[in-house]
Amino acid sequence: MEALKLELKENIIEQLNLEDMTVADIGDDDMLFGDGLGLDSIDALELIVMLDKNYGIKLTDPKEGRHIFESVNTMAAYITEHRSK
Amino acid sequence: MSQGIAITGMGIISAIGNNVAENYDALITEKKGISRISKIDTIHKNDIMVGEIAYSNQELEALLNLSPQNNYSRTALLGAVAAKEAINQAGITDIKAHKTGLISATSVGGMDMTEKYYYQYLEDKNAQKYIAGHHAGDSTQKIAEQLGIEESLVTTISTACSSAANAIMLGARLIKAGKLDRVVVGGSDCMSKFTINGFKTLMILSDTYNTPFDDNRKGLNLGEAAAYLVLESDAIVKAENKPVLAYVKGYANANDAFHQTASSENGDGATLAMEKALEIANYKPEDIDYINAHGTATGNNDLSEGRAIIRVFGKQAPEFSSTKAYTGHTLAAAGAIEAVYSVLALQNNIIFPNLNFETQMQEFSITPELKLKEKTLKTVMSNSFGFGGNCSTVIFSKDK
Amino acid sequence: MKNVYINSVGSVSAQNTTDDSDFLKDIISYNETTITAINPNYKDFIPPAAARRMAKGIKMGIVASKLALQKAGLESVDAIITGTGMGCLHDSEKFLSAIIDNNEEYLTPTPFIQSTHNTVGGQIALEIQCKGYNFTYVHGSNSFESALLDAKLQLELDEANNILIGGVDELADHTIVLNKIIHHIKEEPVESSKILDSKTKGAVFSEGANFFVVSNKKKASSLAQIEALEIYNTLTIDSVENQARQFLKENHINPSNVDALILGNNGDVEFDTFYHKLATGDFKNTQQFVYKPWTGEFNTVSSFGLLLAANILKIQNTPEPFKLNNTNTSHYKTILLYNQYRGENHSFTLLRTC
Repeated sequence: MEALKLELKENIIEQLNLEDMTVADIGDDDMLFGDGLGLDSIDALELIVMLDKNYGIKLTDPKEGRHIFESVNTMAAYITEHRSK
Repeated sequence: MSQGIAITGMGIISAIGNNVAENYDALITEKKGISRISKIDTIHKNDIMVGEIAYSNQELEALLNLSPQNNYSRTALLGAVAAKEAINQAGITDIKAHKTGLISATSVGGMDMTEKYYYQYLEDKNAQKYIAGHHAGDSTQKIAEQLGIEESLVTTISTACSSAANAIMLGARLIKAGKLDRVVVGGSDCMSKFTINGFKTLMILSDTYNTPFDDNRKGLNLGEAAAYLVLESDAIVKAENKPVLAYVKGYANANDAFHQTASSENGDGATLAMEKALEIANYKPEDIDYINAHGTATGNNDLSEGRAIIRVFGKQAPEFSSTKAYTGHTLAAAGAIEAVYSVLALQNNIIFPNLNFETQMQEFSITPELKLKEKTLKTVMSNSFGFGGNCSTVIFSKDK
Repeated sequence: MKNVYINSVGSVSAQNTTDDSDFLKDIISYNETTITAINPNYKDFIPPAAARRMAKGIKMGIVASKLALQKAGLESVDAIITGTGMGCLHDSEKFLSAIIDNNEEYLTPTPFIQSTHNTVGGQIALEIQCKGYNFTYVHGSNSFESALLDAKLQLELDEANNILIGGVDELADHTIVLNKIIHHIKEEPVESSKILDSKTKGAVFSEGANFFVVSNKKKASSLAQIEALEIYNTLTIDSVENQARQFLKENHINPSNVDALILGNNGDVEFDTFYHKLATGDFKNTQQFVYKPWTGEFNTVSSFGLLLAANILKIQNTPEPFKLNNTNTSHYKTILLYNQYRGENHSFTLLRTC
């Protein structure tokens, strides 16, 4: 689980071009959207592609992402349960 | 300020017909042009539906008598067919008799050829003729050539899905200012893998028929189309005693300044565009008899537009409908397609139905017009909104 | 009808124009077939959170816009009108090659959004929260001129008071390769000072962004007055001189009253002939300038021509290497610009001191 969380943080930084950030800047429970990291709806779409590409999880409705992408913890939990690769 | 600009001709090619008459016939017989995709090979073919034009490129080239060496993109081919119909309908035999310009809109441009030959260009000499045809302005240059417009004001607008409405707006302003005596305005966009995949990444494509303003709407269907209007100065209309189809009476463009692709929740930009257009036309909201809405059937657009309509018109909004269930969303051409439909509505005193609607949206109580309806129409408002917060409204009227 | 003035400029180009305290004092000479724009420190202009998804074209456009607004002393404007021949080309290529290479799978939205032509104009509106009129013109070498024409119309009729206009284009790898194949880009590198004598096909491609605040209110800082502008989809080599005369006549000016002619020569042996027609005809005794040897060619590079003209009129600074001939003209009051690309989309622009 810890390895997955680290991997997620690295991928988030890379995929979303968060150039000025390091994995240490993202807490496991930090809000990714809104007041937390400040990600927006386009980032959510980017993360949906990441789920598909890296973990074989396909979301068909962007609304499903809202809870999954709340924090690195929620993402890791969802991926662990649903991953197909 | 409130003087209208005369429309003397129009032409169109869309998924529901190859000319104005065929489009009108489909509109009143409620014939949709939406189907599974047949002309482009895409892995999404079972997940999307589109509004395709039946003609192949070869058939369009034959219609235009083009030589086999031509390097027309499908955007240019569709545009030339529709623009020629507009010129014919306006009874123009000598394009050079008056100072005539062309303002065309496109978002796809020559992308259909670029995506076909992207790597093949490197080796295939025969395909290389299309390289210079990639940029958006190229389709406009070719349409101008087809119409015989030379040494004149010709330009291209690309503001995503509001592009053609903006072309109409600029054309009307150029005539008002006396820069041109006559101008062909409109837009053309063909289907492309690029746009299919682009909208797919935004997750706003419906896998079934699009359902504008329905609570359970699942997104849009892409369509391909081209349409053009001929606008002429009062002096020409008077001197040549020309029949006028309708007038461009009001217009406005405003920016939502909210998000790169999405509309603001309360439709700030859309509200501004409708209000400014009414002001230019010197109309009050109650002067509008019918609204041809943008109504793309995405969750975001229909909510934002509906709220904006309520902000401008109150809960007693005039009849409104989206015709995108017929044609799909034709992107940069949409404003011109719907301008032609607005003029047809005025000419025939008919409101076209908002097809595929089943469930009232929860967020508000206004409901689109669901049946073909006869009503004496004096004015029609047409909305077109695009990425980049681009919001446009054009008002058409019977009276000058 | 109101007069129209250029009140400020902001520029990102292949020359040191971002900081223009000494306009074109140290001119950079190139020896390439493509030239990239000199990157300003984008972080000085754009917050990192906003910049992370921006293509170079957007960044250049925002920097140039913010500089222009700053110098005009404005927070916002009534309208934003952008010209771009190709839009954010790099992202268009990125998205298209991903479609082909990954067979339409695992595509992300960002490059698609950036590929939309009006993304620069839309992002500027977002940055400065401008809810006004926002148009983008995409008509080859008349993209920028269309924006200028639109703005001029609104200012003359007093429909707006301050408008931000600009031209922006960026380079991208695959497009460079394709344009080399069809000889629209020169095969061999040429030194800037020798481009016009290269006698070879094609141009040296480049990129950049030049934005202007144009206004119907004159200020002490105003650089020049925009007198007239015409665009033409076509002109023939035989009609270009006549159209120039006609254009000047409509503005009550004789060719002999033009103090400088700024031409768009890019060293393409096939199409510089249009410029030669004016340079050796009515205007052979007029001081002539060129800029493309030092900025490279792109669809909206004529916006650099306007910047050059405005600076000549305001500070009477005439960069020596840009001179095509030498007439010992001591004072510049009226400047005519002529541009075209590959024999299409021609424009005449007339400026004067204010």
